[in-house]
Amino acid sequence: MAAETAKVDPMHQFTIEPLLGANMDVAGFNIAFTNSALWMLITAVVLWVFMLGGMKRELVPGRWQMTVETFTGFIDDMLEANVGKEGRKYVPYIFSLFMFILFANLLGLLPLGIVGLHPFTFTSHFTVTGVLAILSFSIVLIVGFWKHGFHFFSLFVPHGTPLPMIPIIFPIELISFLVRPFSLGLRLFVAMMAGHVLLEVLSSFVIDGWNAGAGFGLLVGVPSFLLMIGICALELLVAAIQAYVFALLSSLYINDAENLH
Amino acid sequence: MPQIAQLAETYASQIFWLLVIFGFVYFVVGRGMVPKVMDTVGLRDKQIADDLSAAQAARDAADEAEEAWRKRENANREAAQALVSKAKGKAQVSTEGKLAEVQARIDAQLADAEARIEESRAAAAAEIESVAAEAAQDITARLANVTVTETEARSAVQKAMAHG
Repeated sequence: MAAETAKVDPMHQFTIEPLLGANMDVAGFNIAFTNSALWMLITAVVLWVFMLGGMKRELVPGRWQMTVETFTGFIDDMLEANVGKEGRKYVPYIFSLFMFILFANLLGLLPLGIVGLHPFTFTSHFTVTGVLAILSFSIVLIVGFWKHGFHFFSLFVPHGTPLPMIPIIFPIELISFLVRPFSLGLRLFVAMMAGHVLLEVLSSFVIDGWNAGAGFGLLVGVPSFLLMIGICALELLVAAIQAYVFALLSSLYINDAENLH
Repeated sequence: MPQIAQLAETYASQIFWLLVIFGFVYFVVGRGMVPKVMDTVGLRDKQIADDLSAAQAARDAADEAEEAWRKRENANREAAQALVSKAKGKAQVSTEGKLAEVQARIDAQLADAEARIEESRAAAAAEIESVAAEAAQDITARLANVTVTETEARSAVQKAMAHG
């Protein structure tokens, strides 16, 4: 029994558990309020509180206001650089996307296990990242067809393609375009899941090592713990980078829709 | 892998709550708060730009005032210089006039004196001539017992004197 409880399942952290309304069905779909939904809510509330600091609207900003303005300026600059002047109207969407993913990634890394709570990283579920990717992709499609009509298909024929090459280039470009939402969603999901699994596996090395005796503890536990500290720093970096990559690629795809080639 | 194992039972809940909560984030945070934050930044940038341009305008005005002052200063200096040179010219003219007057007086005196000297010299020369002619008449009469008329003696003397 003791051996069984000591066993760490690195995948258990991704388990979704219904908290409220486990049998809440709408039109045959179960929409129970789960731990995943709870952490989405926490992320949204934390983000909202964070943004309140930017609402002081002082002429000379304090630290908090400055931080919020730095983030909005960052997204604004990114869209201006990648899309141009028309990019400004996407700032609300890209900002929401970036901050929501960033806060979700960072909150999911909080060491709340120390006080007995279980942080849940919903960005490690492809159902979530997939929906976000499909949202971005839908915006690209809607904007593209709205602005350019069927001319939008010229996106799949790069400038200067020789006429005989078009039948070959067109399907290749079309497939690479259609793969975008998958790569966008999977990249974030895989990066977050891999990092969390790695941390869990290393922590199980630490625990099992010390459980097996001081010798194993020193041989396996201590190096694993040191590695874990490094990986934690790396995961913080990855949390920010993946949010940035998601927002950057979304804005690049939007640029395709806005400006074609 | 719970992501796949629980897919069938949880996908609806995941998608539903994500759309609800991300929708909240998009409309409240993205649409509601971000534009205000960016407005604040824009307002601040505008204020800074305005202040800078006001400072530039004030500086331009100062430069302009300095330029005008310099122009006025130069004009004043020129006027003063003109006044000075005019006074100088006037003084010079009057000095020259006085000098010319004095010079004329001196010249007149000089000419007068020279005329007098010339007169005296002519008188003296005439006297010497007549004395020499008399002396020559005398000498010829005494040494050679030749009587020379006064006119002859005078012409001889004049010839000798012309030869120097």
